[in-house]
Parts: sequence; C-alpha cells; structure tokens
Amino acid sequence: MFNQQIANRLPHRFRRGTPLVQGMRDGLPIGIGYYAVAFSLGIIARNLGIPAWLGFASSLLTRASAGEYGAYSVIAIQATMVEVIGMAVVTNLRYLLMSTSLTQKVARRTPLWKRLLVGCCMTDEVFGISIAYPGQLPPSYPLGATIVAGLMWAAGTASGIVAGDILPEQVVSALSVALYGMFIAIIVPPSRQDRGIAVAVMASFALSGLCAILPIISTLSNGTRTILLTVIIAAAAAIIRPIQPQDIDNDNL
Amino acid sequence: MTTSELIWYLALTAITANMVRLLPILLIRGRITNRFVRSFLYYVPYVTLAVMTFPAIIQATDSPWAGTAALLLGILAAWRGYNLFVVATICCLAVVVFNAF
Repeated sequence: MFNQQIANRLPHRFRRGTPLVQGMRDGLPIGIGYYAVAFSLGIIARNLGIPAWLGFASSLLTRASAGEYGAYSVIAIQATMVEVIGMAVVTNLRYLLMSTSLTQKVARRTPLWKRLLVGCCMTDEVFGISIAYPGQLPPSYPLGATIVAGLMWAAGTASGIVAGDILPEQVVSALSVALYGMFIAIIVPPSRQDRGIAVAVMASFALSGLCAILPIISTLSNGTRTILLTVIIAAAAAIIRPIQPQDIDNDNL
Repeated sequence: MTTSELIWYLALTAITANMVRLLPILLIRGRITNRFVRSFLYYVPYVTLAVMTFPAIIQATDSPWAGTAALLLGILAAWRGYNLFVVATICCLAVVVFNAF
C-alpha cells in the first residue's frame, strides 16, 4: 500500500518494469534523436574515408557528439596523437562533472564495477534522464538507456557513412532540434519546483547567448565555452543559493 | 589516410573519452559532505544542459526564427509537464511547420 502511494507520485514512465527495462524505454526517444545527429556525423566520417564498420565501432565505444566531431576535425588536419588526446579531453570534460555529480546519486554500497559502468554510460542525455530518476539511481537504468541509445547512435553513424546525404535538408534541419528538445524537457520541470534552478537556467541561457556573440570569447570552441560557463554559473549559484543543510543528509542530492 | 591510421586515431579518442568519464568514480568513493561542493554539483547538470541548449538550438536550424519557435514551444510543453519524447517531437514539428511558411 505504502509502495503504491510512492509509485503514484512518480512520473508515469518510472512506474512499470525493472530499471533495465525503464532505461531501455527512456533510451528509445533519445536513440531516435541520436540516430538523426549521428547520421550527419556519418556524412563527415564518410568524407574522411572512414569505413562504415569503423564508424559504427568508434561511435558505439565513444558515444560523444562533440567529442567525435572534434576527433574528426583533428583527423582531417592529420594532427598529432597529443592533439587527438587534448581534443578528446576538452570536448568530453563536462562528463567529468556529470560523473562526479552522479557518483552522489548511486546507492552507497554499489560495487565499484557497477559505478564504473554508470560512468561509461555517461552522455548528456543519459545523464539527463538519470538525474531525473526518482531517488537513488540503479546502475541498470543508465545501462538500459545506453544499450538502446548507444546502438542507435552507432547505427546512425554507419547509415550516414553508407547513405551519405539522401535525407532532404528540411528533414535534417527539423531533426537537429530534437536533442535540444530533450534538454528542455529535462531542465524545465525542476525549474518550476526550485527557484534556484530556474534562476541558474535563465542565467545560463543569457550568458551562453552573450558568450556566443562577444569578441574573443566567441572564438573559443563550444566545448570550452560549455565547461567555463558551467563552472562559473554553478559555482555562483552554489554560493548565492546553497542547498539546505537537511538536503546534505539526503541521499537523493 | 590508411584504415589502420584511422583506427589508431579513433581508438585513442574512445579511450580518452571514457577515461574522462571514469576518473571521478575512481577518485571519489564516499559521500561528499562539503556544502559548497554539494550545492555546486546540484546545479551543474541544469546549468550544463541550459548552456548547451541556448544559443545552439537557434543556430541548428536554417532560419534562427525556426529554432526560436522550437525553443519557446519546447519550454511551454515541458512547463505543461509533457514527457521527453513529446517535447522533442513538438520542437521538431515547430521547425517543420515554420519552414513550411
């Protein structure tokens, strides 16, 4: 009875199935967006002469949009291995923050290998649905999402390499906002409940927009700007509006 | 560039990308009790996603107005409590409808 009451308060998508199945279900809409984005990534890979099987394997193992775009751009100029590593670190640095954030949401006694598994699953979208998971995060939830979404990401890359640009420009243009729609769906509901988050989100929109047009700062890569703005704005929010002491004892962060 | 060279480049990218993800988990084992750090980590996800959404969403479409329409309708839909998939679909449809005119 009590469990039923808790279940009734959860968003609909968390009510049924094991965490693995829930993750796979929530991974599907993410995967559809991934497929579209990866398709355009595949077109770039095709121009570099990357075979479809290699595009599939590397996308499945890397799972990072900005990271893979970055990698292709340094491959195109035949950069050194040091530059390849540097690019991968900078374009993926936000995952370091996300991983750190999620280590606090996984149950205390979770074995290390399961924690590492959660870390490997980290992408922007999987992170987004994972922080939205009510209570502690079962490692099988991000895993389920990654099985579905990661395969679709890899399939999208391979499709882009094989099929090139057969999708009409209009379709690509429409699909390209799908990922951002998902981001919006993740950040808006908590903004309604916590004014601190709402203000932080609005400040992020404003400063991010400003940094995209300011001289010098706008010449920094998107990845670098994302990291800088995240650290500055989240630190400012933490100073101005720290979370309440009772929340510190709360495992749900 | 030969295929084996491409394999090296892409393997290095995959390894580095995953190491960045794993590092904090290897280094941080327990609960963080520092109030500032916990508050910082509490805000990080929302700030990162917000920064990545804007202005990227209005730069993703051919016309910035199509992206703006997607942004506003997406916020409205999410505010009304629609789920991930519905909000993403509404954003895509906003661009389709905008481009049709």
